[in-house]
Amino acid sequence: MAKGTVQNQDAFLQNIADKLGRERRSEGVKRPQYKHSPQHDILRGATIKEMVEVLKEQCLAIHTDVKESSKADLENVLEEVMKEYGADKAVAWDDPRFTEYGLESFLQRPNMTIWGSGPDEDNIRITEQAEAGITFADYTLAESGTVVLMNGGGRGQSVSLLPTYYIAIIPYSTIVPRITQAAGEIHRRVEKGERIPSCINFISGPSNSADIEMNLVVGVHGPVRACYILVDDM
Amino acid sequence: MPMKIGERSFDNRVKQGIDNTFMRDAVSSAQARFQSNKAKAEEQLGHWEEWRELSEEIRAHTLENLDFYLEQLSENVTKNGGHVFFASTGEEANDYVKKIAQEKKAKKVIKAKSMVTEEISMNEAFESVGCEVIESDLGEYILQLDDHDPPSHIVTPALHKNKEQIRETFANLKGYEKTSKPEELAQFAREQLREEFLTADIGVTGCNFAVAESGSVALVTNEGNARLSTTIPKTHIAVMGMERIVPTWEELEVLVTMLCRSAVGQKLTSYVTGLSGPREEGDLDGPEEFHLVIVDNGRSNILGTAFQSALHCIRCAACINVCPVYRHVGGHSYGSIYPGPIGAVLTPLLEGYDDHKDLPYASSLCAACTDACPVKIPLHELLIEHRKVITEQEKMTTLSERFAMKGFGMLASSPALFHMAEQAAPAMMSPFTKNGKIESGPGPLKDWTNVRDFPVPEKESFRKWFQNRGKEES
Repeated sequence: MAKGTVQNQDAFLQNIADKLGRERRSEGVKRPQYKHSPQHDILRGATIKEMVEVLKEQCLAIHTDVKESSKADLENVLEEVMKEYGADKAVAWDDPRFTEYGLESFLQRPNMTIWGSGPDEDNIRITEQAEAGITFADYTLAESGTVVLMNGGGRGQSVSLLPTYYIAIIPYSTIVPRITQAAGEIHRRVEKGERIPSCINFISGPSNSADIEMNLVVGVHGPVRACYILVDDM
Repeated sequence: MPMKIGERSFDNRVKQGIDNTFMRDAVSSAQARFQSNKAKAEEQLGHWEEWRELSEEIRAHTLENLDFYLEQLSENVTKNGGHVFFASTGEEANDYVKKIAQEKKAKKVIKAKSMVTEEISMNEAFESVGCEVIESDLGEYILQLDDHDPPSHIVTPALHKNKEQIRETFANLKGYEKTSKPEELAQFAREQLREEFLTADIGVTGCNFAVAESGSVALVTNEGNARLSTTIPKTHIAVMGMERIVPTWEELEVLVTMLCRSAVGQKLTSYVTGLSGPREEGDLDGPEEFHLVIVDNGRSNILGTAFQSALHCIRCAACINVCPVYRHVGGHSYGSIYPGPIGAVLTPLLEGYDDHKDLPYASSLCAACTDACPVKIPLHELLIEHRKVITEQEKMTTLSERFAMKGFGMLASSPALFHMAEQAAPAMMSPFTKNGKIESGPGPLKDWTNVRDFPVPEKESFRKWFQNRGKEES
């Protein structure tokens, strides 16, 4: 990727330094040792089973359906959710985990599209017309009922956004206590000099709004319903 | 829409607010709901004061080193292939985005909610080069359709509107035929706006927090419109107030935790999105071009002053949601897109005292705002600081107040004059007295008696009473 351009930086930053009444700082700034770190105490030492319970409880609060499944039964559970939602056309990530979890034949069903399999522009159009978008979770945050998606390539950000329904497959092994652990992991990748995906989503249930008389409406611009399928892979 | 809204005087705006009973009911029930949701979220989180102190420490450190972190941010955005424009003024920011629109031959701009673009009237800039601008946040969409009605709250901008008014707006302008049920209204907006997302040339968003270490922009939303604005259009322009930045993802998650809980009582909003530059090779969605516009527009003048902590604000509106003055007068009374206590602090700093000198007085100084603030901005103290500036330096108090204070100063400096005035007061006020109260006072008293009665001066002064009391006892 070619480097982008910068305009007006020096005068702008010099003015800030002047207003702060000191020389401009371009290096040597260290983050402080913060006095408190309450974020690390939440669900500290919780087992996977305990975090699964917290996650399921939180899903009630965020209007998200939950199914539980073994690896072997996952295809049946997926079919069940599709039926419940009355969904036929679907789009899934191009992600090797679908094969690892025995979903080859599910991906062969009629009206199923794999992101990236068609010409470029068609992907958004087809996904916009789909009833269900299906992805795996990369991290899952128990406290807030959040799936974290590291998008890019065959893992289009549109898949969790444009269809009417969103289905997330959540392996137990992706579950962490809260956003602290996922953000910490991203921070470590950045520190190591890795490029992080250009789009990282933290998704907690279906889209919603309280803009009309403070009434909660579930389903606005993003998916109108969401289902998490928890899979015991441990 | 510029930062200042409306031309009516502060008193007229307040009167209109107080007379609007729907708005007042809506605001007071919204405040109650916001407050109980936040209280629940605080309790669930636990150690709220530790979280607040941590958040304050993060904000203070970042602002003290703002030049360093902005440089780091800029370096990383460009490394990711994005473009950075530092804008000293709103005008510079607008000229830059106009140029992009012209280069792209853009016809349609889709926007996700952003206060800073409102502050600098960016919509009008796009329109001036022939772009149609569509607000996609449900509340903003309603206001835009309704002849650009100004927002009255920074999180739920259409708080002052009822669903029947919204139904009418949709029916009159978009041929909507269903009922005023919020679900049906929202569904209609979804259908109307989907097409706009798919055909927009440019997506414009604000920025809740930029992350310096990775050149990322984090967007915190519920509706999904910010995601659509940054997934489909070929160009994404993010506009950020220069103070909206954190050092790393570790600070980001703390402040996002505080923002979601303080704003709406959610653990996290439905969508928290971290965007780091344009799409990479092999990606089939996301923008091909990414621009970050970093806006000063008066903010740097707050650095190094007694008001610096006002820049710690994370725009959660918790102070607005507890303010008794906001509850009674509503958001439009402030005459600024930033209402409530934080608005009363920020607006005069960004736009000067001339048009906004009444705002620091739109507070009972009860300090509920200060207690509610998740990053511990001493809001009520900053309001007092404003009053000090206005009184001492700017000499901009109302004429009647200055006259009254000057008069009092003269009288109080001479015991003889003071004594005379004390004795004359009951007689002088008698024409205004009714049933032992003054209901419509003259001069400086008028502002007081417009809203409540003033007691009649006692015939016997305190000193007289004290002397007599002493005699009786001896």
